[in-house]
Amino acid sequence: MNWRRSLGAAVVVVPIVVLLGYGLTRDPRAIPSPLPGRPAPEFALAVMEDPVGSGQGRGAAGDTIRLSELRGNVVVINFWASWCLACRDEHAALSATARAYEGRGVRFFGILYKDSPEQARAWIDEMGGQSYPTLLDPGSRTAIDFGVYGVPETFFIGPDGRVEYKHVGPVNERILVDRIEAILAASGSREETP
Amino acid sequence: MTRIIGYTATAVALALAVYGAAAAVVGVRGRRSDLLRSSELAAYAIFALLTVANLAMVYALVTRDFSVSYVAQVGSRATPLFFTVISLWSALEGSILFWGWVLSAYTAAVVYLHRGSELGPLVPYANATMLGVGAFFYLLLVGPANPFGLVWPVPADGPGPNPLLQNHPLMAVHPPLLYLGYVGMTVPFAFAVGALLSGRLDDAWIRSTRRWTVCAWVFLSLAIVAGMWWSYEVLGWGGYWAWDPVENASFMPWLTATAFLHSVMVQERRGMLKVWSLSLIIATFLLTILGTFLTRSGVLSSVHAFAQGTIGYYFLAFIALVLLFSLVLLAGRSGELKSEGTLDAVVSRETVFLINNLVLSAFTFTVLLGTLFPLVAEAVRGVKVSVGAPFFNRMTVPLCAALLFLLGVGPALPWRRASREELRRKFVPPFVAMVVAGIASVLVGVRAPYAVLTFAFAAFALVANVREFTIGAAARMRAHGEGPLVALFRLVGSNRRRYGGYVAHLGVIVMAVAVAGSSTFKREREATLSRGEVLEIGRYQVRFDRLWAQDEAHRFVVGADVTVLTNGRAVGRLDPRLNFYGGTDQPIATPAVRSRPREDLYINLMAFERDGSSATLRVLVEPLVMWIWVGGGILGLGGLVAVWPSRRRRGRASASFERPAEPAVEAPAAPPANVAVRFGIAGGGAQA
Amino acid sequence: MTRAALLVLLALGLAAPGPVGAQAPRDEAELDALTRKVASQLRCPVCQGESIQDSPSELAQDMKAVVREQLAAGRTPEEVKAYFVSKYGEWILLEPEAHGFNLALYLLPIVAFVGGAATIAVAVRRWTRRGSLAESPVPGAPSDTDPGT
Repeated sequence: MNWRRSLGAAVVVVPIVVLLGYGLTRDPRAIPSPLPGRPAPEFALAVMEDPVGSGQGRGAAGDTIRLSELRGNVVVINFWASWCLACRDEHAALSATARAYEGRGVRFFGILYKDSPEQARAWIDEMGGQSYPTLLDPGSRTAIDFGVYGVPETFFIGPDGRVEYKHVGPVNERILVDRIEAILAASGSREETP
Repeated sequence: MTRIIGYTATAVALALAVYGAAAAVVGVRGRRSDLLRSSELAAYAIFALLTVANLAMVYALVTRDFSVSYVAQVGSRATPLFFTVISLWSALEGSILFWGWVLSAYTAAVVYLHRGSELGPLVPYANATMLGVGAFFYLLLVGPANPFGLVWPVPADGPGPNPLLQNHPLMAVHPPLLYLGYVGMTVPFAFAVGALLSGRLDDAWIRSTRRWTVCAWVFLSLAIVAGMWWSYEVLGWGGYWAWDPVENASFMPWLTATAFLHSVMVQERRGMLKVWSLSLIIATFLLTILGTFLTRSGVLSSVHAFAQGTIGYYFLAFIALVLLFSLVLLAGRSGELKSEGTLDAVVSRETVFLINNLVLSAFTFTVLLGTLFPLVAEAVRGVKVSVGAPFFNRMTVPLCAALLFLLGVGPALPWRRASREELRRKFVPPFVAMVVAGIASVLVGVRAPYAVLTFAFAAFALVANVREFTIGAAARMRAHGEGPLVALFRLVGSNRRRYGGYVAHLGVIVMAVAVAGSSTFKREREATLSRGEVLEIGRYQVRFDRLWAQDEAHRFVVGADVTVLTNGRAVGRLDPRLNFYGGTDQPIATPAVRSRPREDLYINLMAFERDGSSATLRVLVEPLVMWIWVGGGILGLGGLVAVWPSRRRRGRASASFERPAEPAVEAPAAPPANVAVRFGIAGGGAQA
Repeated sequence: MTRAALLVLLALGLAAPGPVGAQAPRDEAELDALTRKVASQLRCPVCQGESIQDSPSELAQDMKAVVREQLAAGRTPEEVKAYFVSKYGEWILLEPEAHGFNLALYLLPIVAFVGGAATIAVAVRRWTRRGSLAESPVPGAPSDTDPGT
């Protein structure tokens, strides 16, 4: 047993152990999105009828919302479903934040993922309303366009129509406000220095 | 109370394992038979303790004692008794507990079967290694994977086991077989370590090791086939092998163990490849631990993974330790492992075994690389990639074809050297069969090159292996005037190891043909049918009759009644189902399979209308699938034939004895086992 | 090296030739077959490891529908796969594209195999020649393909 052999053994062992150890720090289920920094995929989706009528003024039931027509606004898109437990946790934060930013160039939309409008309406009713409209996405085309792989997922789109952030899992008010403020600040400074 | 009994048993087992390992090492070094004896007793005691702990857990599960953390995790009042019992291995902690029991049983068996063996100091070292590995698992049970934790306040009910794992009775078969195979690979490893530590590197140890390896290999083979079957019957996609990390984890040690079973023959006959065979044993053991690490730590995403927290770091430390320890041992002894043998000719069975080992090693490397590559890519490039079935199929199908071919060449080639006449006699019939099968499969419309190759090579290998039986039996019939069946039976009995190997070969050939057939000729259609509507596939008409629903205690089942017709005549009814278990939104499918020797009709319910008006069915026609399971059975049978204890055992209880292979041809190059020098007090002395 | 690599990839059928007949309208059977082929190369995001062809999950079904629509619209399989990569990242491909660092995945097994074969060839020659020599160095066990170390 000489030092050269020990070194040889270490050369074999260390990389394997380091690699596996590195693996332990990663979440194998997370799929990083290539979307941030790129233009958000365009969509034209119908607004779901709202049980409370709280979506009023932001697009009535049956209206079609086109992302391209929202240029100039910060757009927050939340993919959700009534069968999703985590969506219950974030619902209040989304509704409250949407209300807080009303009229400040920030628009919130829900997109229903793999769910029936009836169940979604019952859910909204149960949760005490939703302060922003939810859009219907038959066949999940828009969800696939956004690379959604589970709900809830929340996308933050800047005034220039680019995806700025993607959040996987339930959001809270702090995340929402931080992200929105960051986008507002960045776009504000961009406007000042043309 | 159950909790305390279980936990105490595992804790005492841990202490005894540490003591026993130390006692064995100190005892063998200091030639102290009292210590050796106490380490043997420790092994027996641990087996008893782990049995108690496992029974305690089963008792807690059956009595639904939700104060026990594992029961609170996997139990539920609604789960049927059968699935409650087997939920012992349906989640992390319980599976480690069961693993610990299997390991303790192997350890006790090794100690018992090799007591007083002439392997001398090797056995105490092997015992120490087994106990050391055991100590690691019992440490997990006492620490990060404690199944006997206290839950307070006691919940009224639990969520029940993972729906995937309570959906099919094969779950009672596959995991125990897998553990018997996986854990069984600890024994050859322990012998290898024992041989390296004691310096007893002659051939005596390799014989015991080979036998234990065959034993574990049989379990592992059967486990893999049972896993394929489970996957086919439960996952609902109509396939049996997906190159999922967990499947790869069970396949890699099988590959290296298979390589070892072949390389060891060269070592026994020619005294060559000693370092290589040892490396294969160590690699096999490491791959079983790596496989466990991959499934238990959540490093790679997989259908079957139990994602968990800190336990991964324990496994990582253990892998590092074993790797380092083995490499240091191997390096330290490599001087004594010099090759003694030589080759007489290039064209010989020895060379085929070398190539066989090359292909199996390259196979293992490819699977390992593919399995770990997503980690490598993320570490190096910071980008997540996937390595799935298309990659593995592309890379390994050529290797499979090569193995199939070698499987025919090996038995047909004699050891040492072959005369031209002998080559002609041995190779012409299989070669003719190969050409005929190749042409025939092209004529019946097989176009995929690898399918043609598989059928041709299978014919080649089949004829080559079957001829080993027929030629031998014919010789016996002439020489002893025996009837054909008696001659065949006695032929196999005369050299079980050799003919068991050929039987295993036949199993592999059957599986290869079945896999090639089912993947090449697989037909599939998917359609949404309203009531009474018919879907045509192959020679079948599949008619959707109606939907039904049923509320069971632990699940809600939706099923479709489907009538299968051929030429307008009803030949059977099938009921594919979707099962909705509480706690998850994804339904678990129960596909309906009509299995016939010629082909399987596989129907999976994909979706349905709530009013029962229509159902979406995925229908597959897969030829020959049944023969995969049959081939797996033959493979296991071959292993059993090879490993079954001989009636003419010379020793008392040692598993190391066996008649040398093919005694009629030549004497083995290695000295017989009983020449080995006794160590004095070890073994026999300790019995007194 | 690059040329050798390309040759190897061609032999494996990896280096795809340019799109052929992308514009030709596809009939139903052809479209089904092509959809199956493309769908079996895309990983289902909600099932871990299965392709969207094999998965019964609803998202996979929808993705398969997207594959079919895009193929029907005349896109090539490569373009369809590129679409999914642009949405889900390289992760979505069940078989990594053979360029850049990913080449290691395809070439290392071949290197290991060829290296092992060469080692065996040398060893067999030495062993067959050696005959009478009693002592000689440890023969080349092909440890570079040793999977566990």
